Amino acid sequence: MSSKTVTIDPVTRLEGLAKITVVLNDEGNVKDAYYQVVELRGFERFVQGRPIEEVLRITPRICGVCPIPHHLAPAKAADQIYGVDPPKTAKLLREVLALGHNIHSHILHFYAFALPDFVLGEKTKPGTHNILGIYQAFPDVAKEAIRVRGYAQKVQAIIGAKATHPVTVIPGGISKGITKEQAEEILGMAKETIEFGKLGLNVFDDLVVKNKDLMSLINMDAYKMESYYMSVVGPENELDFYQHDTVRVVDSKGKEVMKYQAKDYLDYLAEHVEPWSYLKFPYLKKVGWKGFEVGPDSGLYRVNSLARLNVVDKIKTPLAQEAMDNMYNVLGGKPAHHTLGFNWARLVEILYCGERMKEIAEDPDFYSENFRTPVTKSMITGEGIGVIEAPRGTLYHHYKTNKEGNVTDANIIVATANNNAAICLSVKQAAVEMVKNGQYNDDGLNKIEMAFRAYDPCLACATHSLPGKMPLEVNIYDSERRLVKTLKRGI
Amino acid sequence: MKKINLAIALGATCAGCDVAILDLNEKILEVFDLVEFKFWPTAMDFKIDDLKKLKEGEVDIGLYHGAIRTTDDAEIAKILREKSKKIVAFGACANFGGIPSLANMPYEQDMFDLVYKDVPSMDNPKGTVPQTSVTIDGTELTLPGMRDYADTLESIIEVDYFVPGCPPMVPLIEQLVGVLKVFAATGELPPKGTVIAGTKTLCDECGRTKPETISFKKFISPQEVETIDPDLCLLPQGIICMGPATRAGCDGLCTKMNVGCRGCLGPTDRVKDHGLKMISALTSLLDVDEEEDMTEEELQKTVDKIIDPLGTFYRFTFGKSLIYNLHSEEEIK
Repeated sequence: MSSKTVTIDPVTRLEGLAKITVVLNDEGNVKDAYYQVVELRGFERFVQGRPIEEVLRITPRICGVCPIPHHLAPAKAADQIYGVDPPKTAKLLREVLALGHNIHSHILHFYAFALPDFVLGEKTKPGTHNILGIYQAFPDVAKEAIRVRGYAQKVQAIIGAKATHPVTVIPGGISKGITKEQAEEILGMAKETIEFGKLGLNVFDDLVVKNKDLMSLINMDAYKMESYYMSVVGPENELDFYQHDTVRVVDSKGKEVMKYQAKDYLDYLAEHVEPWSYLKFPYLKKVGWKGFEVGPDSGLYRVNSLARLNVVDKIKTPLAQEAMDNMYNVLGGKPAHHTLGFNWARLVEILYCGERMKEIAEDPDFYSENFRTPVTKSMITGEGIGVIEAPRGTLYHHYKTNKEGNVTDANIIVATANNNAAICLSVKQAAVEMVKNGQYNDDGLNKIEMAFRAYDPCLACATHSLPGKMPLEVNIYDSERRLVKTLKRGI
Repeated sequence: MKKINLAIALGATCAGCDVAILDLNEKILEVFDLVEFKFWPTAMDFKIDDLKKLKEGEVDIGLYHGAIRTTDDAEIAKILREKSKKIVAFGACANFGGIPSLANMPYEQDMFDLVYKDVPSMDNPKGTVPQTSVTIDGTELTLPGMRDYADTLESIIEVDYFVPGCPPMVPLIEQLVGVLKVFAATGELPPKGTVIAGTKTLCDECGRTKPETISFKKFISPQEVETIDPDLCLLPQGIICMGPATRAGCDGLCTKMNVGCRGCLGPTDRVKDHGLKMISALTSLLDVDEEEDMTEEELQKTVDKIIDPLGTFYRFTFGKSLIYNLHSEEEIK
């Protein structure tokens, strides 16, 4: 296939829709690439005037794939609004919601969306690169993935009433605790998750790490970016998905350059707007916006699985720590800049979430009856900033309320938005490699999508600002600015 | 057995409906055996052209989730209708407008100003906002425009079956799979207009005990209640619950957890306006004797305790409410 304009519309196997526009020069090589988020919803606006405890029942609908973080981050803000520190039991229940959620999300992304690109071969028809293809090629692994993802959903339903669109977290705690029997049930499922986590890493080792072609793909310069990395960390700079509010940023050498409390986020983050995308571009305010460039002087940073592991000093569970060490050994040290490495890091995190869930499930405080602290409107402080590591990265929910606890202002920076500028750059890097002298094929286009897909961008989340959705599409224009080709991969 | 051709399309959605389908877990494998997917971009590499290329009526069942928010949403719904023998509105957004339809209000502040200029993290000295068309170095980049409001699927195309819920609960999706199985085996389908959910109200299936007369003097936020009685109906405890006006079918998922229903399954049959039904139910639940004892001022205070009537009583159904439809007709004039 030869053409001067390429369009993928939409990019598929992701949560939502988007489009990519690639512009070629006279020689048919990539001059520019735009990753456009093409829809917007209205959450910041229509949460205004609503009681904060109702807002945290509304914001999960920002994203059906990651509703739990959009329940928990505003809940942390709501605790601050009521000036209350929830009891330990509430915090453990909320953390297990987050862990269960990560397990579900990572399994869904890795096995249904990402793995087909690695193991089903380049030559197969794109129509087989999906969970059905995985099921046909690796029925045993697929069945395990379905079973353990089902457990993760069940754990969330036990605590949150529903895995998709949970309702139980309230300011000061949670509406209902769990019984000892339920804690034991969760413990059993945590143990199975650990076994599945090990299996996943073994499968990855056999099918990908031991495959020279795939490793050279992962190691391609086009799939690397030496950016800043951001994550929430615990007090020992350990991996943490719920408990803490400290955000750490490291540079491309792994050196800590910023550490701040979520409540100070406005001193460290700012958002840039481009007229061609509905999704804003957050950047490190102290470094500055330098456009779609990477380097010490560009405030572009990355979040999500690999970014988290690059930021943390350690993982406090033994099997995941070992798996992380092994990953960095193979990738040539820490931090690793491999965009496709985000997939590997997800497998390490599935193992961590299983191990951490087991620890919590064995703690009697997990099922105590002290699961909430009642509050009164007289306690209202009027402002709260909740931060959490969602599967796709750092998520900020910031609210101001009146003295009745009704929201007057809202600002939400979703995980995928943090990666927006990096995704644009990764897409361009991959496009430069895959489209040469006007030549490209379906496989090359899919490799552009792989660069995009590695971030597991959640476009449902990203489009929260206005009611709607966003398409993903790749257009290729020739040097005369004529649209030569539009590749649409879905809606 | 002949496979059923299935297409799943989406509009203004959070994709929770896709996740709900995957929550069939092992039973999803039965679906894989039962159907031939013709379109499902969330999970498979289908292009819009793949849908357009299908013959009229080639899809047996076309399932649509999400509200109609953009012109693209409406266009895809129309294409799906053309290609499908039967259409299923799946989830609260397609059925009633859902949470996105909470934006169907004439807000004073311009949305773009709020999102791109006014939120505190913005760095936008030039006041840039996204444009439906912008030319950079001679290349035109386009974004789709927004319709004014989020609407139901039924307001755009004819719908045959309805599966409400936010998202639809797995037992309801299993019922839908059951319908597909019968269709595959016998070619028979339920009557048009069938709603796959309960027929009674949530109160009829909620396990909480209801006193003979429910009476309450005030509404209270759940975080303020000292101890929530796990067995007693939530309303006499002062916790707002949409159970009296909401269709059954969820087995009381939220109420079991001490959380008031917000009505994601919508109203029961024949009820045109979910919120009005709830307001009327609440009024009748107010103890008459106590009501008579109350001064007008006290009564007003009780009503004022409901801080956000629209967001409470129309949480999921504003896009299908009489009040919104009146408003939108006015807009048209």
